[in-house]
This record gives sequence, C-alpha cells and structure tokens, in this order.
Amino acid sequence: MHSPVLLQIVVLVTSTSFALWTADFPGSDASVISQILEPVGIAVESSQSSAPPLHRQYGVDTGNIASAAARAPVNDITDPIVSSRSPPGDQHRETEPVSFEIVKWNWEHAQRPFLIAVWIMVASLAKILFHLSSKVTTVVPESCLLILLGLGLGGIVLAATNRTEYQLHPKMFFLFLLPPIVLDSGYFMPSRLFFDNIGAILMYAVVGTLWNSSATGLALWGIKQAGLMDKKVDAGLMDFLLFGSLISAVDPVAVLAVFEKVHVNETLFIIVFGESLLNDAVTVVLYKVFNTFVEMGSDKVRAVDYVKGVASFFVVSLGGTVVGLVFAFILALTTRFTKRVRIIEPLFVFLLVYLSYLTAEIASLSSILAMTFCGLCCKKYVEANISQKSRTTVKYTMKTMASIAETIIFMFLGISAVDTSMWTWDSALVLFTLVFVFVFRAVGVILQTWVLNHFRLCPLDWIDQVMMSYGGLRGAVAFALVILLDKSKVKAKDYFVATTITVVFFTVMFQGLTIKPLVKWLKVKRSNQQKPTLNEELHERAFDHILAAVEDIAGHHGYHHWRDKWEHFDKKYLSQLLMRKSAYRIKDEIWDVCQKLNIRDAMSFVDQGGHVLSSAKLSLPSLPSRTSFSETSFTNLLRENGSGVCLDLQVIDTVRSIKDKEDTVMHHVLAGNLYKPRKRYQANYSRHFISADEQEWQDREVIQRNMRCRLESFRSTKHSVYQSKGKSRHKKSQKKHRSSDVNGEVPNGKPKRNISWQDTVPVVMTMESEEEEEENSGAEKEDDEGITFVARAADEVLLEGKPSSTLGVCQSPFLLPPSPTCAEKELPWKGDQGDLPACVSSETTKIVPIDLQQAWNQSISSLESLSSPPVSETQQLQRRTVPPTRLEERGAPGALARPPLDPFFQFPERALAAGRSSEEDSAECIQQQELRPLMSPDKQPRPGSSTGSAGARWPVQFNRAAQISLLKNVVTASPYKGSGQTDL
Amino acid sequence: MGCNASTLAKIHNVDELILETGFSSSHICHLYNRFHSLDKDDKGLLNRDDFQNISELAVNPLGDRIINNFFPDRVDLIDFNSFARTLARFRPVENSPKKEPDSPEPINSRANKLKFAFQLYDQDKDGKISNNELLQVLRLMLGVQVTEEQLDNITDRTIQEADLDGDNAISFEEFKKSLEKVDVETVLSIRFL
Repeated sequence: MHSPVLLQIVVLVTSTSFALWTADFPGSDASVISQILEPVGIAVESSQSSAPPLHRQYGVDTGNIASAAARAPVNDITDPIVSSRSPPGDQHRETEPVSFEIVKWNWEHAQRPFLIAVWIMVASLAKILFHLSSKVTTVVPESCLLILLGLGLGGIVLAATNRTEYQLHPKMFFLFLLPPIVLDSGYFMPSRLFFDNIGAILMYAVVGTLWNSSATGLALWGIKQAGLMDKKVDAGLMDFLLFGSLISAVDPVAVLAVFEKVHVNETLFIIVFGESLLNDAVTVVLYKVFNTFVEMGSDKVRAVDYVKGVASFFVVSLGGTVVGLVFAFILALTTRFTKRVRIIEPLFVFLLVYLSYLTAEIASLSSILAMTFCGLCCKKYVEANISQKSRTTVKYTMKTMASIAETIIFMFLGISAVDTSMWTWDSALVLFTLVFVFVFRAVGVILQTWVLNHFRLCPLDWIDQVMMSYGGLRGAVAFALVILLDKSKVKAKDYFVATTITVVFFTVMFQGLTIKPLVKWLKVKRSNQQKPTLNEELHERAFDHILAAVEDIAGHHGYHHWRDKWEHFDKKYLSQLLMRKSAYRIKDEIWDVCQKLNIRDAMSFVDQGGHVLSSAKLSLPSLPSRTSFSETSFTNLLRENGSGVCLDLQVIDTVRSIKDKEDTVMHHVLAGNLYKPRKRYQANYSRHFISADEQEWQDREVIQRNMRCRLESFRSTKHSVYQSKGKSRHKKSQKKHRSSDVNGEVPNGKPKRNISWQDTVPVVMTMESEEEEEENSGAEKEDDEGITFVARAADEVLLEGKPSSTLGVCQSPFLLPPSPTCAEKELPWKGDQGDLPACVSSETTKIVPIDLQQAWNQSISSLESLSSPPVSETQQLQRRTVPPTRLEERGAPGALARPPLDPFFQFPERALAAGRSSEEDSAECIQQQELRPLMSPDKQPRPGSSTGSAGARWPVQFNRAAQISLLKNVVTASPYKGSGQTDL
Repeated sequence: MGCNASTLAKIHNVDELILETGFSSSHICHLYNRFHSLDKDDKGLLNRDDFQNISELAVNPLGDRIINNFFPDRVDLIDFNSFARTLARFRPVENSPKKEPDSPEPINSRANKLKFAFQLYDQDKDGKISNNELLQVLRLMLGVQVTEEQLDNITDRTIQEADLDGDNAISFEEFKKSLEKVDVETVLSIRFL
C-alpha cells in the first residue's frame, strides 16, 4: 500500500509549488491561479471565446454561460492579465526602459506553455508513482487513481485559494484531449475483428444508445412527476431527455482505460469498445436535438422537427464516416509519395487524421466517427507505405499522446469535481439516475443480445451480457457535454452536473474496481494473446476462401461474400492506387507472418542453442507442439512480447530448472560485477568507429547470413542431409588446429580467417587502438597469433576432455565437467567466468543473432584480422586488461559470441545511447532485424558445406550432431563470408 | 421462393436428410431451390460445369478445389442430398451440449469441417499434405506477388511447424493439432438463411 503515501506526497509537492507561485508573483492570487488554470483547459470561461465548433456541434450557445454571476468577477480579473501577457503588450510596457536589466523575469512570456508542460509533467509523474507499486495498479485501475489524485489536487487548490477554477474545459477536451485517444483506438483497432462484429457493434451503438437515453430520460421524468424529486429540480420532459442523452453514452476513454487491463476475449472487447466509439453519432444527434428542443421550449416543437432530428442522425453519422473515409484516402495517397521525405511521414498521419476530426467538427458531423474510420481504413495502406522507422514513430507517438491525454482527462475529472459552485446535489436524482443507468443498460443489452443471437454465428452467452452491461462506463464525454449546457435555458444544469459527476465517478471507480474480480469470478473467456502460427494464418486464409465459395454455392450472399468482393476490389484497384509498387509487391500477409516467424525463430534458435543441443530434437519456438518445457516458456515469452521485443535472456532463463536458476543468480552476480568497467571502456573507444550506414549494412548482412544458415539448416535437417554439415563442423575444428600450426602463414588464407573469427575478443579489444594508430607499426600486428594460440589450447583441452563426444557439445550432464561447466552450458553468456571448453559450442551459437553488436564484433574482427598483421602474443597479453582466465576462455571457439564481449565494442549509435535501458536496446535490435529482407538462401554458398576429411572422426552422425554443426555454421558463417568478401 | 411441403416432397428421403444435416426444412427448401437454379438443364443432378458457372467462384483462387470437394470419389454428378450434406458441414455448431455418447458425430463437427479443408490440400488423397501439395495451394492463394523462393520458404516452414512425426508431410492429425487454438467451429461456419 505504497500508493496512498505516494499520492499524498504528490499532492503535497504540488500544493507547495502552488503556494509558492501564488506567493511569489505579484498580482492577486486569484489572477495567478486563473492563469494557471486556464491554459490547461480549466474553465475560466471567458466570454470572449467565440463559440467553438464544438459548441455549435452540440447546439449550445455558450456565449451566455460566461455571464453567469459566479464567473463574472473572475473574468474581470483575468482578461486584463491575459491581454498584458501577450508579447505586444510586453513590448508596449517596456518601450521606455529605465535602465538595462541583467535578468528579467518574464513569467508572462512563457506562462501558458510552461503551465501546460507542468501539468502534463504532474500527470506523468503521477503515473510513474502509481506504477511503483505494481500491487496497487493491478487491483485499482489507473483511471481511479488519477481521479483520486485529481480530487486531492483540486481540494488543495480549493483550500489554498478558496477558489475552484480547475475544470475540464469542454473545448479543451473535445479539441485536444479526446482526439489522441480516438486516433489511437481507431488506428490500432483490429479491423478484421471490428468488421466481423460490425453488426453487433452498430446495434448496440445505435439502438442501445437510443434505448438507454430515452428510457433513462423518461424514467427520470416519471420520478419527477411522481414527486420523489426535490421541487427545485426545475426540469421538464425535454430536459430529462437531454440529460438522458448525455448520460447514457458509453464513454470510449473510460471503457478503454478499464478494459485494457482486464484482457477479456477479443469479441467482447471489440463489441463494448466499438460501441463506445460509434455511439458518438447517436449521442451528438440526441444531444443536439434535445438541446434545441429545450431551448425552443417543448411546446413549440413540431412534428417536422422530429423528422429533422431523425434525418440529422443519418447525416451526422454517415457524414462523419464519409469525412473519415475521404481523409483516409487522402492520407494513404499522400504517404505513397513520401519516399524522399521519410522524416515527416509520421506527421502526415497525425495531421490528416486530426484534420478529419476537425473537419467533421466544423461541419458538426460526428468527429469521433470520422476519426475512427479514418484511422481504421488508412492503416493498411499507410503501414505499407511508410518506412519501418516511421511506423515505430507513429506507433509510439500515438500511444504516448493517447496515454497522456487519458491521464489528464481523468485527473481533471477529479479536479473538476471539487468545484462545488457548479453543482447542486439532489439525492433522489442522483440515486435514481445511477439505478436507471445501470438497469436500463442491462435490460438493453439483454434485449439486443436476444435479437442479435438469432443472427450471430457465435451467440453471446450470458456471461458476455453481464460483462457488457457492467462495462457500460460513463466518462469525460458525458461530463464535457453537461458542462456545455446553457444554464439560462436548462434550469436544472447544476443538478445535472452533480449527477453526471457522480455517475461518472461511480462507474469509473466502482465498476472499474470491481470489473476485474467479476471477470475472474465469472470466468469470462480471456483473450489469448498468442501470435498466429504460420499454419493458422495459412489455413485461416484458406478458410476464408472456402467460406466465400460455400456462400456462393449456397446462393447466399452473406458476410463472407461481401468481404471476398471487397478484398478483390481492394487488391485490384485500391491497393494498386494507394500503395507503393514496392510495398504492394511484398505485402502479402502470409509472407509477412512467415517472415516474422522466421526472424523470431532465428533469434531464439540461436539463443537456445544449448537447449537445442541437449534436447533430442531441433525445436523452433514457433512450433508449439514439439516443445520441451524450457522451450515452451521461451516461446511464450517471445509471443507475449509481440515481435519478440523482450529478448532478455536472463528473464527467459529463470523459468528453467532449479539448477539453471542458481546459475542465473550466479550469472547475475558475475555480470553485475564484470560488465560495467568494460562497458565504459568500450564506450570510450567506439566513438571513432565506422559510419552508421556501413554499420547498418553490416548488421543486415550478419542477420541475413544467420538467417540463411538457419534456413539451410532446417531444410537439411529435414532432408537428413547431416553429413556435410557434420563434416564441415569437423573441418572447422581441424582448421583450427591447422591454423595454429601454420601461424606464420599468409594472413588471407582460410585458416587465418578462422582464427581471427574465433578470437574475436582480443581483436575487438585492440580494434580501436588499431584504428587510431593505424599507421604505427607492427607491434600491433600480432593480434591474431595470440588469439590463435588461445584457441588452439582451448580446442585441445576440449578434445582431450571428451574424446568420445562431439566437439564442444554438451549432450548430457554426465559428459560435462563439474558445475561451472554445466552452468555454462545452460547459460552460455556466462562464458566469461568459466573456462571449460565443453560449453563452447553452445555458447558460440547462443548469442550471435540476439545481439547484433556481437555479430558485428565478429564480422568486424574477421575483417580486421585480415587487414592487420598479427601481434606478438606477449604484447597482446599485455594489452589486455582482462584477467588471464578470461583470456583463455576467449580463445575457445565459443568465446567470441559471448555477451560479455559486448562491452568491448559498441556501435557508435549505441555508445551514444549508452544510457538507454536494455529493453529499449533489444527492442530496437529486433526492429532492425525485422527490417531486414530475409533469406535468399541461394545467394551465398553455404559456408559450412565445404567438404572436410573428418568423417571418420565424427563418430556419431545423428541428428544432434548435425544440429550442432549447423549451429556452428550459423556462427562461423558470418566471418567466412565477411572475410571472403574482403578478399575479393 | 415457394417453399412448401410440395417442394420438400420432391426431395428424396427428406426426413433422413434433415436429421442427418441438421438443416431445418426451410433451409432444405432454400437449398433445393438453389440447387435447381444451378442445375441449368434440369437433370436433377449437378456436374462440375454447373458449379463453374457460378461467376463468383471463378475468381476464387481455391474455387476449383472447393468444387472438387463436392464430388466425392471421382463421381461426376451429385444429387441434392449429397449437395446438402456437403454444405451442412458449414452449419454453425449448436451451443447446446446435449451430447449423447452413442450418437453419431454430427456432420458439422469440428473434425468434419477440418476434413473439408484438409481435402483441399490433400489432392492425392493419401491422408497427408505433402510439401508439393501445400506448395500448389500456396501458389493458388498467394498469386504472383510472392516469388517462388518465398513460396518454398513458406511451404517449408509451414510443414516444419505442423509436422510432428518428422515425415515431412502434414497428416490430418497434425493438421488438427496445428489448428487447435483456432475456433474452427466459428471460423468455418456460415449462416444459412
């Protein structure tokens, strides 16, 4: 229960700062406060503000609001300050400077942005604080905490200044806070799922909202007529209907905030969430219609007005959708031509989608619909057109903005609630509204589901219905709408405000808190967030075709028929028009999935090298059926992390056996102690390294090579072509020996390369110095030799130790040396400490693809070794800062790929960003990998496939051995190739 | 559509068919009308050409194979009962779990749905999807955008992924297994009017 304490701290800090501000600055407290509040959307409702489009949209004339008696004094104070704050005003004041001021206090100059930034900062900090205690956030939704925080902050300000100026300003809300959230949800809406359920969504959004608002309004009016309500609640039928319309709409922000954390199954989620987005049109129209009726006076409303109201519904909803589609089209078309201006690609996405929102707002159409459909429809083409980096940018920016907007909304909801001047409590109204809102929602859901289930393929069962009724959260939209009401026309506005706030708080807090236990208790089907396997993807595509065909044959033009038609149209015309040629060509989804899986497999394949070796069969992470325990966990981890963003080996490996865990602990200790100094070392030197472009190219190369080898290996495993690989592996070891023998040979011979490859570490270590002192001399030239020596030694040890087993393979525990070796086998990155050669092979294979840096190191070192003559061993030893044990280890073939190496060298970029978290790094890493065009196996000769004489020495030619050799190939391939290229 | 008892009376063994397929009589009636509209020369049977005349099927990449699935065991003509039985596989699965243990497996069971899909791939009917067979289907579905190399790649991967016994082919069991996470009952169903 840290959180309450933290909360208090936040509140305290903030309040102190407020107190300071108010104390520091000249002018009345009130004015300062109002300045603080206003920019953040807190209503110091200035009468000058021309009615924003939104006001028009909802048909409210806000011009008069500001004249409300309560606000008037504040306005008087604020306005002069606002005007004097503007730059021209400043200049005017300073036309006659008395003397030169060294430092000037320019508070007014940057006040607005400063305060906005501060508020966002506070909100973000609050988020951090909440998440410090994971216990709290798993139980209490963030939205609740934020509202509480808002209440606290508002209370403090109220206590400190006796004024309650903070408020969620409707204009701010609709123009700036809501769009990011809608954009985010529209853009990332799973379109297939959405359109699969479009019938249900529309039904709930339209019929449900109509039912809710009318039923609530009528029922409240009935209560009023029955005399249960306070006499002072001065409202007629139309007022109640108006209130019903604004209170009945399920709020996308609240729904998203709560449901995101609950992880109910996709169908349920998309229905509730889709409804909350699409009901905007209904809400807008109802609100507008009733508001007009209220203002006209209900007696003057004629039948024709009702007809107009209905017509307006179609115009608003369809118009909004059309606006969205048009902008989606423009956006897709625009991104097609941004090839030369990649850097502003993301901007187009945001601008055009936002423009669609504003356009709809201006035309008083449903802006939420416009934005949702714009995001939903443009995504496919935009994603295909823009670059991977832009895609990431778009994604992160959207998420960031949506998240911050959501935070601010909830916080200000809390703050606004403190403003008691604008609400008047009536228990009956509040209580009945709460009951009606809940009951009618439930009744509506049950009735509609009953109807829907006659048409749905998979009926919604009662658990779904419970969740749907319970998930009907009200939120900031309702609040903003009720604030927009015109007090002079809607007499009971204060009552409505109070009721709305209560309803919003109740739904968000109470239902938000209880929905998770409810989900558990009802055993609602959770979503399984597994990535599709290739089989699933492929067969589901086939299923789509089958269904379309069957519908055709059965002569029933149903959903699949139309989807099929649409896909044809899309493929034939739309995609051609809206996608780049290049993007269009490679965009096939199945290929996409295949590619992703391949990358993921390649990484984990090498990653779990050790496990592959010790398990009888080669296993791919994406092959769930075949997995052993550890592999399963690994796979799941990868899956859960989407594209494999988390490749943190330590995390992954903790799921393994007890021994492994011990080893992991040990590893952590060691890693913690050993990494850092080297990292610094590395950072110092890597600055001068190779240009980023080349580096990227190299990365790609390495990955491609690895991928190719992996693919090859799979293929060959399949075809039982083990022989050549085994041989190659063997040959490699032979080569090692040979190379050690022929130390003095010409550097560009194959053995040479081998050596250098194996001995990455020393080379890497000296790399910088080589670069710097390139011209200097032969002293450094001996690098390779030293390396060679070490390598040979390791190899020999290895061979001696295990004559019967294959080289470097840890097949089973008994073969392994005592504990350190075993540990090493399982946790290859530990190679640093252990010096047992037995683990070499697994280690070698383990890291390469995971860490590009190492791959890079390797390839670089191989290149380097070619270009630079060997250094004498002693010299090399002297140069090394590492203890001798490590040295030896490094000599071992596996050492090159060990993570500890990683500190020795960093890509320039990396070095600069050394402060970044490892997660970021790995994520980046993966993205880079994803970028890469994958495997074209034929381009390169398979590195390991050259024949070797060693068949005889390879006693066990079975699957495992072959795999080992494959693994070896994966590792060794890159240097070969790299060096080969340099040779050429 | 003139759906009445007289239409039903024309159908051979209609009660049995209803029982077997689970279609309601109005479904049957509707399908029967469809059957006859497909049957151009009123022979009471459908041949492949009748199917191929459905214009939408022509653009379906798997159209031919799907048609073939309607013709079991190399027969060239099917009657209405056979037609209805094949379509019945795509009936949604009822939610009611009133399973009598000795009752025969319903025609729209998960296994039967999958069998239909499996047969699309398994052209030589040896109970296995070989590398080559999968490649052919892929070629049909992926069209020209994907290179041959990529096709190979995908094929290999797919088979590796699903192949449990290492015979480099996907048996029906393996096929089922690879799709066990998919809600086949829902995905492979359409609503009949």
